[in-house]
Amino acid sequence: MLVERSSAGRGGPASGPVEDRRIEFGELHPPLSAHEAHVEADRCYFCYDAPCTVACPTSIDIPLFIRQIATGNPKGAARTIFAENILGGMCGRVCPVETLCEEACVRMEAEGKPVKIGMLQRHATDHLIFAGEQPFARAAPTGRRVAVVGAGPAGLACAHRLALRGHEVVMFDARPRPGGLNEYGIAAYKTVDDFAQREVDFILSVGGITLEPGMALGRDFTLAELGEDFDAVFLGMGLAGVNALAAPGEAAPGVTDAVEWIARLRQAEDASAVPIAPRVAVIGGGMTAIDAAVQAKLLGAEEVTILYRRGRADMKASLWEQELAQTRGVTILEWAQPVQIIAGQSGAVEAIVVERTRIAGGRLVGTGAVVTIPVDMVFKAIGQTFVPEPLGAAAGIRLEGGRIAVDAERRTSAPGIWAGGDCVAGGQDLTVAAVEDGKVAAESIHRSLTGGAAP
Amino acid sequence: MANLATEFLGIKSPNPFWLASAPPTDKAYNVVRAFQAGWGGVVWKTLGEDPPIVNVNGPRYGAVHGPDRRLLGFNNIELITDRPLEVNLREIKEVKRAWPDRALVVSLMVPCEERNWADILARVEETGADGVELNFGCPHGMSERGMGSAVGQVPEYIEMVARWCKAHTRMPVIVKLTPNITDIRYPARAAAKGGADAVSLINTVSSLMGVDLDRMAPVPTIDGKASHGGYCGPAVKPIALNMVAEIARDPATNGMPLSAIGGITTWRDAAEFMALGAGTVQVCTAAMTYGFRIVQEMIAGLSQWMDEKGYTSVSDFVGLAVPNVTDWQYLNLNYVTKARIDQELCIKCGRCHVVCEDTSHQAITRTVAGVRKFEVIDSECVGCNLCVSVCPVENCITMEALPPGATDPRTGLPVEAAYANWTTHPNNPMARVAAE
Repeated sequence: MLVERSSAGRGGPASGPVEDRRIEFGELHPPLSAHEAHVEADRCYFCYDAPCTVACPTSIDIPLFIRQIATGNPKGAARTIFAENILGGMCGRVCPVETLCEEACVRMEAEGKPVKIGMLQRHATDHLIFAGEQPFARAAPTGRRVAVVGAGPAGLACAHRLALRGHEVVMFDARPRPGGLNEYGIAAYKTVDDFAQREVDFILSVGGITLEPGMALGRDFTLAELGEDFDAVFLGMGLAGVNALAAPGEAAPGVTDAVEWIARLRQAEDASAVPIAPRVAVIGGGMTAIDAAVQAKLLGAEEVTILYRRGRADMKASLWEQELAQTRGVTILEWAQPVQIIAGQSGAVEAIVVERTRIAGGRLVGTGAVVTIPVDMVFKAIGQTFVPEPLGAAAGIRLEGGRIAVDAERRTSAPGIWAGGDCVAGGQDLTVAAVEDGKVAAESIHRSLTGGAAP
Repeated sequence: MANLATEFLGIKSPNPFWLASAPPTDKAYNVVRAFQAGWGGVVWKTLGEDPPIVNVNGPRYGAVHGPDRRLLGFNNIELITDRPLEVNLREIKEVKRAWPDRALVVSLMVPCEERNWADILARVEETGADGVELNFGCPHGMSERGMGSAVGQVPEYIEMVARWCKAHTRMPVIVKLTPNITDIRYPARAAAKGGADAVSLINTVSSLMGVDLDRMAPVPTIDGKASHGGYCGPAVKPIALNMVAEIARDPATNGMPLSAIGGITTWRDAAEFMALGAGTVQVCTAAMTYGFRIVQEMIAGLSQWMDEKGYTSVSDFVGLAVPNVTDWQYLNLNYVTKARIDQELCIKCGRCHVVCEDTSHQAITRTVAGVRKFEVIDSECVGCNLCVSVCPVENCITMEALPPGATDPRTGLPVEAAYANWTTHPNNPMARVAAE
């Protein structure tokens, strides 16, 4: 049963005014004030060979940027961040810092309370992004042209770095708006005030990057065509497919892919018009599961349950994210594997049957005990898959574990083609890792195009 | 419970905590609030001759802050009292009568003429005040008119005025010294020579608090300009400690009563100054930062510490640290220390390593067997204490003395049990001459 969203889940009027929606999708964690930032910055010890920097996939000089905040130079701090990670603004918002830089912070060892690196990074980067100032200038034009497929974090990072090095970039994206998962796949409360588009504008303001939206590889153009028109190609196309649940009843109305639902929510003019049911089950244990569950709760669902087939320690969503969901009223049911979705008389989902699981002999096995949970809506957040068909067989790009195989410089097996982000094998499926891929690939492309060492 | 009662120059106060001559002691209203809060005494803000001086109408104070707006240093360009002499004298008399158990000393500053000093001393004496403090310290404003630190910077003037004052009053005379000189012992000796009963120090340090880089003018600015002021607060405490100690251990002034001033904020600060010979301490910035109630912490803290140490009165420990302040040349060169890093406490920030590597003796490792680990290399460690100073974890790095007989891996020499200093060191040309 799909129902109109009830106000704040208290069974109020069917749809509240737009102001309500803004409140519900306000920031869960408001930014630091200037004074808070100064006090927090002072907690940084300016470590030698800082463990936080080592832990950062993009190797941001964290002690330096924090020191710049402490000395009243937040724009300089932003420049330090952007020099390594041009999407430092979004990363400051969405990075699982609790398993990266903040986990490595020596204050964790000292007192269990790391310096709030993510919040400080956001504080610094907001200074430049909201001022609309591009801190970098492009090198003299090289006359070389590079195609970037996918305007997500990997593509944007690659395009910006290539533009800086003086190359001309054309960036294609299948969707109408650039940003990739930042625009379509992240919970709204993580990127309020249309931040994803602000960031894209900021990145493109460096110049030399032409955006071609609504252009899908394999549908509107081919790799072979790109090879003719461009000197190099970077693939940052992400994951277009979703895993199937493989449980009977999966096709019932009310069963939705979480990524699709989040994208719809993010693009909705009025989020309150996106229907939500009173009882929601979210299947999965990653960030997408958390994002979907928390947003469902914020939209007014009364009972939201995350079903995860293993234990909480195994969830890809960090403990911090799990606790965020729990404090928002989401229930996490671990060791629970969906085995059947039951449709009601209308055909729509009515309940989900889960089997409890355990580890036996190192393998996950069902215990035979089943529980039927009445639900009105099911979100599948059980992982996305790479869809290789758009590459075309002719290019001969080697895959590995179903994704594109790349070397340390993010070169694919095909000459002149680089790749990065979620679409490559061995990745961490993190925004920050995608940015690093794009950056590394861009420098490799630059070396290849100029025949010299990196500047 | 330890007895904090203090007798200084015969002036009794229930505790050694006095408020220094400064804005907090400018009026009866403030002083009464201070006494209500528990302060043992006050030095009334400096009186001058009528007509009263005028103060600027822009900012008088500036501050240096830590990151959380903790006030670390403070400065002022306020002059002496800007109220009529008569009003101050009347209030002093009233307050002393109402609070007979508290010390009430009056600070004075008049031009360097004997008549002027004699006149004002007579009037102060009528109030029943316990003593006077001669303000030879203020570095701003009044010094331009030949008073304050302009006097304190000339030992002959100090001696002269002190002598006049002793001749013209029965009240105890304290000379307040300026730190804006090269050697604090000279003005202190001059005060002693002039017959002063005690010295108090330090007054404020000449200072500019900062520069507004947009207006290209020091801060705080008054209509685009600024003038140097007097620096005080926690930041000046080490300077004051040294100056107090120098006077306390100078044979010419040893034993002369001292009232210590300079960044005293807690009971511990007070106890440190007293250990260096101060009979009383005077406080201003801490009160101006937190209000008068801080004295309660000072009283409780000092009592607690004295009880734990078995001191029953403040005179039990005043001056006990003075014999341990010595000249560099008498420090024991056979005392060999090495830094020790407690690996259990180490949080691996690497600060000890990088400062030793960059700026000192390359005596701390970065990795051990390929793992991030900070260990002292005894063969390089000179025992300088830099790593201890920069380590963010208390007691993580300590200095450990090598026992006599052990070999110092840095020098390859055994640690001598006997004390030996520079005066006898073979590298000392003077020592060699003496040896020959």
